[in-house]
Amino acid sequence: MNIHEFLSSPGTVYGQGPHDSIVMSSRVRLARNLKGVAFPGWAKKPDRIRSLEAILPAVQSIRQMAGAFSESMENFTAVDKQILVERHLISREHAAKNTGSGLVINKGETLAVMINEEDHLRMQSLRPGLQLKEAWHAVDQLDSALEKKLDYAFSPSLGYLTACPTNLGTGIRVSAMLHLPALVLSEQINQIIQAVNKLGLAVRGLYGEGTEALGNVFQVSNQMTLGESEQDIVERLNKVLGQIIEHEENARASLLSNKPKVVFNHIGRAYGILANAHSISSKETMNLLSLLRLGLDIGSFPGVERRLVEELFLLTQPAHLQQQFSEKLTADERDLLRADMLRDRLRNVSRPVALPPESKGPKLDKPE
Amino acid sequence: MLCDICKQNQAKVHLTQMIEGKTKKVDLCEECSKAKGVDDPTGFSLADLLLGLGAAQEMEQVAAGAELKCPHCGFTQADFKKTGRLGCADCYETFAEGLEGLLKTMHKGTKHVGKTPLALKQSLDLSDKLKVLQKRLDKAIAEEDFEAAVHLRDDISSVKNKLKELTVG
Repeated sequence: MNIHEFLSSPGTVYGQGPHDSIVMSSRVRLARNLKGVAFPGWAKKPDRIRSLEAILPAVQSIRQMAGAFSESMENFTAVDKQILVERHLISREHAAKNTGSGLVINKGETLAVMINEEDHLRMQSLRPGLQLKEAWHAVDQLDSALEKKLDYAFSPSLGYLTACPTNLGTGIRVSAMLHLPALVLSEQINQIIQAVNKLGLAVRGLYGEGTEALGNVFQVSNQMTLGESEQDIVERLNKVLGQIIEHEENARASLLSNKPKVVFNHIGRAYGILANAHSISSKETMNLLSLLRLGLDIGSFPGVERRLVEELFLLTQPAHLQQQFSEKLTADERDLLRADMLRDRLRNVSRPVALPPESKGPKLDKPE
Repeated sequence: MLCDICKQNQAKVHLTQMIEGKTKKVDLCEECSKAKGVDDPTGFSLADLLLGLGAAQEMEQVAAGAELKCPHCGFTQADFKKTGRLGCADCYETFAEGLEGLLKTMHKGTKHVGKTPLALKQSLDLSDKLKVLQKRLDKAIAEEDFEAAVHLRDDISSVKNKLKELTVG
């Protein structure tokens, strides 16, 4: 079975979960290393191959990974690797790996294990919506099963020993992907980012460290891993996320009641361009799809499922787009084909309704 | 003032950030600030930036004199300075002195709190129990309470057996 047959269809990737209009997904990843073997970045190639050969069958034998897809990284094409990145199943760093690194993904893609990325093991649990505790429990169980088969590098005083001292201790990174269009539109986002940073949490773009916040999507995660238990870290992040959700909801409500024309203008224009353009970049698409998604959330597109926007969000990204065509496309060609696909997929979506029927109808902005 | 990253150009961007009550400062030249994406507040966190810098400096201070080298994997201080990563698990022992200050700035504490592999946790718990029993035995012998001592000796040998089972299995 190849990776394309294994992965679920793009429309079902995100799924449903609590607060999913704002929280796109929750993720918990753990970093683990083997005792007595150099970390992957320092180990020689034969050593990496040997540790991969030891780790791979151990991961495959775990009950939670029954029916999993596993492969060595050199067997993926560049496009396949990029597709995995776009689905948040591997990191960009892991996409650059070849012989001596591997990947195991369970059915349903809720668990993924990267072997010989920066650490010998990077295992993640991914869930739709706000489900940090559930994600932690799932990856905790996987880890507990694995520790019986592999000899982890662990020190009672320093915890799990990792290649980078920033991950030392629990080796845990708890994160959520948030869609925050109203905080961006109302220009409150920088304030929020600063406040979150002060709490020792990081705010990053769609694909993690050093990436742009495309499509108004932000990743919030813990930075500190030593001196605080996993439960406390999950709990702390949960609290902060609860507040960010509240701020975004308030920002949406206040934009709608104070500046409805601004909101509907953004949504209407986004729809206009997406449904009619003949050439469009990936970046512009993501930013406009974010507004379309906002429109769906506030009821501007009655009868349209959010799933459509989620599917397009994935399908219009470079590797997913390339995958649909056999010949190698240039960036310009992709822009044309992306626009064709968007026009086709939005053909049956009617123009946005300015005043959602169920609401009493916000007041129009008064000209100043 | 020179840039903290390239240590060549004049620093023009000065950043201060409070993280959990600790003030962190960094001075950068224009090029490095752009390279690190400091001009984009959405993609930037001072902690990420400080990491690479602080690490190298801390280690340098300790390195004054002989260059440390990990006896297990051959990793050196210079390698850490270059990559910001360590070579193997034993490097944490080799470079313990230099890492301590670094870990303090990076994390909430310097002692692990949280999950411990179950087998290790069990053996740690048993070792603790053994210590307590040993103390009680010493006390019992000192007080010439030989009846208690006999019981304690039995308890100790059963804990020792359990420990042995754990390490063998």
